[in-house]
Amino acid sequence: MPPGFSAADFYYILPELVLVAGALLVLVVDVLTSRQQRPLLGWVTIGVLLATMLTLLPFSDVDVLASRGLLAIDGFAFFFKLVFLLTALVTVLMSSSYLEVEGLRAGEYYFLILCATLGMMFMASGIDLVTIFIGLETMAVAFYILTGYLKPNRQSNEAAVKYFLLGAFSLGILLYGMSILYGLSGTTNLRELATVLATGEPSTLLIVAVVLVVSGIGFKIAAVPFHMWAPDVYEGAPTPITAFLSVGSKAASFAMLLRIFMEGLPFLAEVWQPMFWVLAVVTMTFGNLAALTQSNIKRMLAYSSIAHAGYILIGVVANSSRGVTALMIYLMLYVFMQLGAFAVVVMLRRRDVVGDELKDLSGLYFRYPVAACAMLFFMLSLGGIPPTAGFMGKFWLFSAAIESGYIWLAVIGVINSAISLYYYVRVVVFMWLREETLGSPIVASPAMALALTVALVGAVIFGVYPGPLFELAESSAQSLGGVITGVGVSSF
Amino acid sequence: MEIIWLIPLLPGIGAAVTGLFGIRFFSKAQTAFVACTSMALAALLSIYAFVQLLALPAEARVYFVVVAPWIPAIPLETAGGIGEFAVDWGFRLDPLSGMMILIVSGIGLLIHLYSTSYMHGESSGGYARFFCYLNLFCSFMLTLVLGSNFLVMFVGWEGVGLCSYLLIGFWYHKQSATDAGKKAFLVNRIGDWGFVLGIFLVFFTFGTIDFEEVMVSAAAMPIEAAGFGVISLICLLLFIGATGKSAQIPLYVWLPDAMEGPTPVSALIHAATMVTAGVYMVCRSATLFTHAPMVMTGVAIIGALTALMAASIGLLQTDIKRVLAYSTVSQLGYMFLATGVGAFGAAAFHLMTHAFFKALLFLGSGSVIHAMDEEQDMRAMGGLKLYMPVTFVTMLVGTLAIAGIPPFAGFFSKDEILFQTFLHNRALWVIAVLTAGMTSFYMFRLMAMTFYGKYRGPAWKSAAVGHDGADHHGADAGEDADDGHGTWHGPHESPAPMTGTLMALAIGAIVAGFVGIPAALGGSNAIEHFLEPSFVVSADHDVGEASGVALAGAGGEHEVSHGMELGLMILSIFVALGGLALAHRLYLKQPELAGAWKARWAGVHQLLFNKYYVDEMYQSTVVRGTMSGGRGLWRFDRRVVDGAVNGSSWLTLVSSWCSGLFDRYVVDGAVNLVGWSVSESSFSLRRIQTGLIQNYALTMLIGVFVFVSLYLLVG
Amino acid sequence: MLEITPAHYMVLSSALFMIGVIGVMVRRNIIIIFMSIELMLNAVNLNLAAFSQQWQHVTGQVFAIFVIAVAAAEAAVGLGIILAFYRNKETVNIDEMNVMRW
Repeated sequence: MPPGFSAADFYYILPELVLVAGALLVLVVDVLTSRQQRPLLGWVTIGVLLATMLTLLPFSDVDVLASRGLLAIDGFAFFFKLVFLLTALVTVLMSSSYLEVEGLRAGEYYFLILCATLGMMFMASGIDLVTIFIGLETMAVAFYILTGYLKPNRQSNEAAVKYFLLGAFSLGILLYGMSILYGLSGTTNLRELATVLATGEPSTLLIVAVVLVVSGIGFKIAAVPFHMWAPDVYEGAPTPITAFLSVGSKAASFAMLLRIFMEGLPFLAEVWQPMFWVLAVVTMTFGNLAALTQSNIKRMLAYSSIAHAGYILIGVVANSSRGVTALMIYLMLYVFMQLGAFAVVVMLRRRDVVGDELKDLSGLYFRYPVAACAMLFFMLSLGGIPPTAGFMGKFWLFSAAIESGYIWLAVIGVINSAISLYYYVRVVVFMWLREETLGSPIVASPAMALALTVALVGAVIFGVYPGPLFELAESSAQSLGGVITGVGVSSF
Repeated sequence: MEIIWLIPLLPGIGAAVTGLFGIRFFSKAQTAFVACTSMALAALLSIYAFVQLLALPAEARVYFVVVAPWIPAIPLETAGGIGEFAVDWGFRLDPLSGMMILIVSGIGLLIHLYSTSYMHGESSGGYARFFCYLNLFCSFMLTLVLGSNFLVMFVGWEGVGLCSYLLIGFWYHKQSATDAGKKAFLVNRIGDWGFVLGIFLVFFTFGTIDFEEVMVSAAAMPIEAAGFGVISLICLLLFIGATGKSAQIPLYVWLPDAMEGPTPVSALIHAATMVTAGVYMVCRSATLFTHAPMVMTGVAIIGALTALMAASIGLLQTDIKRVLAYSTVSQLGYMFLATGVGAFGAAAFHLMTHAFFKALLFLGSGSVIHAMDEEQDMRAMGGLKLYMPVTFVTMLVGTLAIAGIPPFAGFFSKDEILFQTFLHNRALWVIAVLTAGMTSFYMFRLMAMTFYGKYRGPAWKSAAVGHDGADHHGADAGEDADDGHGTWHGPHESPAPMTGTLMALAIGAIVAGFVGIPAALGGSNAIEHFLEPSFVVSADHDVGEASGVALAGAGGEHEVSHGMELGLMILSIFVALGGLALAHRLYLKQPELAGAWKARWAGVHQLLFNKYYVDEMYQSTVVRGTMSGGRGLWRFDRRVVDGAVNGSSWLTLVSSWCSGLFDRYVVDGAVNLVGWSVSESSFSLRRIQTGLIQNYALTMLIGVFVFVSLYLLVG
Repeated sequence: MLEITPAHYMVLSSALFMIGVIGVMVRRNIIIIFMSIELMLNAVNLNLAAFSQQWQHVTGQVFAIFVIAVAAAEAAVGLGIILAFYRNKETVNIDEMNVMRW
């Protein structure tokens, strides 16, 4: 390993550097502009994200270790970075009108969104426990602040305190597990970890460490029983942040999960596969059942997002390159479906309507048929009705599970999808079959319209013509070490 | 013919336009124009495609169009090693789907025209909403029949289900309508579950879900005469799907309730097209079914029982649309009976004639309901033939057709089914003939109660001006924008678009049967020969005899003489006339006799009148169990988050709750017990309980603890 | 004299960790709960430092320094959040925090 850094190391983290510079630029622009020019900030942020995306593109087929083996710049990281940037993009697009209605300061808000994105990007390319941990905390701290961004709002305060305390608590658990892993192996690099620890029967201490790491990550992806924070935080946080949290943070945590378990601990598959199997089943079942009776859309979407974490975990359990491919595809599709649904909810927020109760959707179709049809599409997609994107994603996940021999997991997944239809369709019922409620008119700002369009186009295109996405995900999944050798072992 | 993919697309575009812009910006005339134009174009295209199809030689009448790839090829395990799962947006035009697109687009167009007048009382937003749904329905239905593989068919299948749900609940301010919508949706889910599993199994068995490839490989497999093999399982699952969509025992309960929707919807979706999707699917999979004789027998029995049961319920219903709804269930039973005895051609034939006369009857009943100011109870009608002659005559045609009186359409198709059943299974034939008699009875009863006798309805307000002509209301509807009625002027003939549609359908109900005149009557049974290529796959070895045995009707060579067939025909005509005579006697000549009979067989009457208590049975078992389970889970969730501190009790709850999923009766009791114990313990624990965050943290810890102990103790 | 092995450090750190966990579970004051979480993180640091010594390289110590730095950042943000909460509700009692539930 080279003793110092070279210029190449900076080249490989060029997108991240652009993002950092952009984040600072946003702060500067914030100081220089007056309050009337605030919408400008949103567009600057969009510009930063697009520039980052642009600098990211050359790295689509690179596969190297950079920064003294701390970062893996590979197809896997590329795919996830694309997911994060898209998520941030749509989130920023749907934020501007929300910030205006709530009367919030825009500068720090956008800055923090960019910081969180930065953290996620390091989580995806980190191949060392230290890098992953730093990325995770960069993201988490930004999210703690963003969750409590509605300072005078009690719910937002409370959500922030809950998220912060439980987040720090789970961080303690995760780090304790990581420290044991380090103690047993003498290295924090995941690829070295895999070679050092691979010999012999796993010790009790190692298993305890794995359980602790699973629990810590389980918190981040909101897997039952580590999900308790999610509904409260999702409900209390500003709606665009809820969207960002439920998609971006979840995707980043899955990237981290795959890195740690498939790069670092593939030899322990027999230990963690059953664990994730249980988590997947409990998570989707609990999430769906709890979502059935919610009356608050944000809370319902929170439980739905918990359930989706369960579906996505199926890809981890499969422990094959098919499973990882399916997982990545699902995350990409999930970006569009979930963000689209949240964009509609954000749009409902007006001066006199909070817009996050199910009844606020009543009769939406009669006044805003376009928004209602978009919401219908997102709901059907989340429910997994063909030929929507969600169906594609679920189909691949379940087929990956079956391929690896987890037929029961797929069956439980299908049953769960069927249950989930009930509450998704309930939203449709409210939009179509209820008398409309009065309130000031909904105005979709250009940015909001763009956000909805991006989400809708993504969900529609990939639902009807998923070929390119499939190929991208498949080639990206190949670069994840360990997966290729890891053949699904059916132990359940 | 490359443009057949446009046929489903056109109504889809119509739906998008009326749905997105119509609701806010279009006047009713504009909405009607967009909707009807898109349907008319689809109908013209269908006719064009059909004519082209006819021009081909009989063996070559199949055409595939692949619009775009859908699911890219991915390797998936199948019974024969790793298969490639790839699905295209493919459409298939062959005699069967050709006939179906004619029915769907043709009757769809007529019903669109009828609705322009029938729905005139809606606000312009509601009007556009209605046509949006209706167009969307046609789009999905055409996708369903044109799909060239199971998955495209399934897209249409789910789509028509959704539209049906939306249209049943169209008058969403009516609680009964939204309930009926929900019921239809849920019951259909059960069927769809079977269908999806069937598709999975098809792929697993054959490595493809394209109809053509599946049928060819199935044809090469031996007939599962002795045992219950994989093809039988596939057919059983597909048939479960069909029972949901086509309202067969035990999933028929949603259809009568679906009559809460507007009448044109009942005519189009719940009589002529969507409910026949199950029959269509079985016909489409004919080769599979002929290889599963056990399931075929099951299909025939279910079909016959459904036909009998629904007809017997129909005997005593007083709501005009409900009589027709049960009649639909009953006729669908006939179609399944036909498929079950291998007479797929006869089933499709009956599907077609039924589409005409049942749409006609529903629209006629809609006309009556319209005239009676939304009254649906036949006891408050009577004598209407004086007021609405066109409706009366056309409905009489429909009644004669469904009762099976020659030369109306129903006679030929029903008789073909009866004949094929007779050849196959005498017991089922007896049931079918019995049903035919009942059909004739309840239909003439409907006619008698509605159109004959004395007027029993409410008196109308204004002086009896102009309640006798169609022209009055036609003009009235034209200028009346919001309501269409104002004060009710008493029963009156419906406006021209409605009567026009009725007449068009009546012509269909008269002539549609002539395409299938059986050989015994000197005809050539043209329709079945035309459809035959859709059911028989190009035979290589033993398939020929397979289809020869199972497709008795299609082959045309009957083992029995024409004399026998003629005798059966005459018998069934007499049965129909018997039903007529009985209805005449009970409801016109000696109405007091009906009361006497009712008193004598009070038990039977009660049973039939209450529809065998099936709804109540479902209510008290399935529905209640599920509901209380759901409520219990909800309570459980609230209490756990709120109060359960004790880890072990939490675990007990989880395990009891899991087992509850398998047995709702257990959950019912367990949840109550759990709810009680949790509420008791949470009450006493609340004072020493810490804050909520700590509960959350505790739950996480329990998770860690459980995992660690599982590994350390279990290994 | 008894040699101090990594196992001894493990025992100490796990005890520290458990004390932290119990603190999180039973205390009412948000600040104290937060301090208990810091205890858990310090148990991690102790582990890392001990293992670092065992393996005779600095990776663990570097890791520990990162953990300390991040914990400081978290503390800053966390106290800010708690302050905002206090301004609204005039309390730091965790039992009062139940606007959102079930």
